[in-house]
Amino acid sequence: MDLFQYDFMLRALVGALVIGLAAPALGIYLVQRRLALIGDGIGHVALTGVGAGLLLNRSPVLVAVLAATLGAVVIELVRAYGRTSGDLALALLFYGGIAGGVMLVGLSDASSGSLNAYLFGSLTTTSPADLVTIGVLGAVLLVTMLVLRPALFAVCHDEEYARVSGLPVRALNLLVAVGTAVTVTIAMRAVGVLLISALMVVPVATAQQVTRGFRSTMTAAMALGLFAAGAGVWVAATADTAPGASVVLVAIGSFLAVTVLAAGGRALRRRGRPAPGAPAVEPAEHEVLLG
Amino acid sequence: MTSPVIEIAHATVGYDGRPVLRDVSLTLTAGEVVAVLGANGSGKSTLVRAALGLVPLGAGSVALFGTPQRRFRQWHRVGYVPQRLGAGGGVPATVAEVVAAGRLARRGVLRPAGRADRAAVTEALRAVGLADRAGDPVATLSGGQQQRALIARALAGGPELLVLDEPTAGVDAASQEAFAGALRAFRDGGGTVLLVAHELGPLRPLISRAVVVHQGGIAHDGAVPEPAGHHADPDHEHVHPHCDEEPDGLWTGI
Repeated sequence: MDLFQYDFMLRALVGALVIGLAAPALGIYLVQRRLALIGDGIGHVALTGVGAGLLLNRSPVLVAVLAATLGAVVIELVRAYGRTSGDLALALLFYGGIAGGVMLVGLSDASSGSLNAYLFGSLTTTSPADLVTIGVLGAVLLVTMLVLRPALFAVCHDEEYARVSGLPVRALNLLVAVGTAVTVTIAMRAVGVLLISALMVVPVATAQQVTRGFRSTMTAAMALGLFAAGAGVWVAATADTAPGASVVLVAIGSFLAVTVLAAGGRALRRRGRPAPGAPAVEPAEHEVLLG
Repeated sequence: MTSPVIEIAHATVGYDGRPVLRDVSLTLTAGEVVAVLGANGSGKSTLVRAALGLVPLGAGSVALFGTPQRRFRQWHRVGYVPQRLGAGGGVPATVAEVVAAGRLARRGVLRPAGRADRAAVTEALRAVGLADRAGDPVATLSGGQQQRALIARALAGGPELLVLDEPTAGVDAASQEAFAGALRAFRDGGGTVLLVAHELGPLRPLISRAVVVHQGGIAHDGAVPEPAGHHADPDHEHVHPHCDEEPDGLWTGI
């Protein structure tokens, strides 16, 4: 653990932990809505913001927040009002976003290395100012997602019912879209635009194999995201691997491990049951009532 | 007890220029249990969805509890039970979590769930006979049990009006009985019910008035029609000649 006595490694670790905690808290709503890959698309749009920021000598992260937010709002409006051409419109936005980013970064004075830093993440170059941005945006995101959990759950679970409940459905949908853009932009530093969806989606996919409710899935996914971020940075520091890729591979490794263990557990329980014809109800595992 | 709960006046609804409802008027007063009947594609679901504002009106007006639907904000007075639980997404949710969404109209978006919310969820689950399944994932429930969970969600908010869209379609007999019991208790508590149905089944004795939608208009408004073949009944008021063309077996609930 010697490496963590260096400030830059410590900043990398703290940044990764914040992102590991916040990304699944937002990602769970995307998974519930079957929009697991939307983060990927918004990441592409954020890259155009990075390019514009580098070209204009403004903070790439802040310009990327603006570009990603704009992209996310457009995608949400296409989703809400669009018809059959919706996925084509999304495809145009995604490819336009990444092509615009590559082109603008090329036009700026930045080296090709800085493009790579945004495509695949560059945790170890996290500056103290970056860490403040990640910390503040991450905290706002987490608090919003936790406080509004019942309302966001209702909207993502059954949008029509939420409308008849008088919930501000459009505002809540836009909030998820903007939250996705913010997550993408802060996670861009850690894992890069090409790997962002993994941190939002994989911990949720892992958690929901063993959980029974929404709240427990959210809690478990946040814990798994935290673990993947911490363990990934540690692996990167000890084995000198790319931090972003290490974090994502730890998350996917956890997914595989939990899948195998859960399948094994189910098989064991089936063998232990006296009557094979009994209905598939498992009374032993009632979860605490979650109001 | 005669104040109007729902007033639909001269409503016209169309999808993509194809008219589904034409100049339909319907008024529900407090305490009524009204069944909207009709063949598939007759527009009966569209009628209740338009009443709730889920489908935009082409012409005409809808008022809920005396307020024009567009300006209506007291959604805690309305409980909606959709045809089925939507896709729901890939994330598991417990029965109690789904039912707890029914409290949001009363509680608002920002206030966390309190003791009264949890008590209402427990009571609603008990009313539909699912108290022992509160902690189970909804996906493990049968179709009928899922429908009961949806009526519990609507009841949890303590509404004055229940709107149900084909709540008993494809539901097992035990769940239909549980459903009828919950609806009876709601009516006895002074509630008003608007219910879309293909078959009435055990709900039949509860219905105070039936509305038959046929080809985008109201073909009958009055007593519950007898099963097919009894159209000659003197109580059966023919408003529209097309009523005879209803497919056989439509009312063979009991």
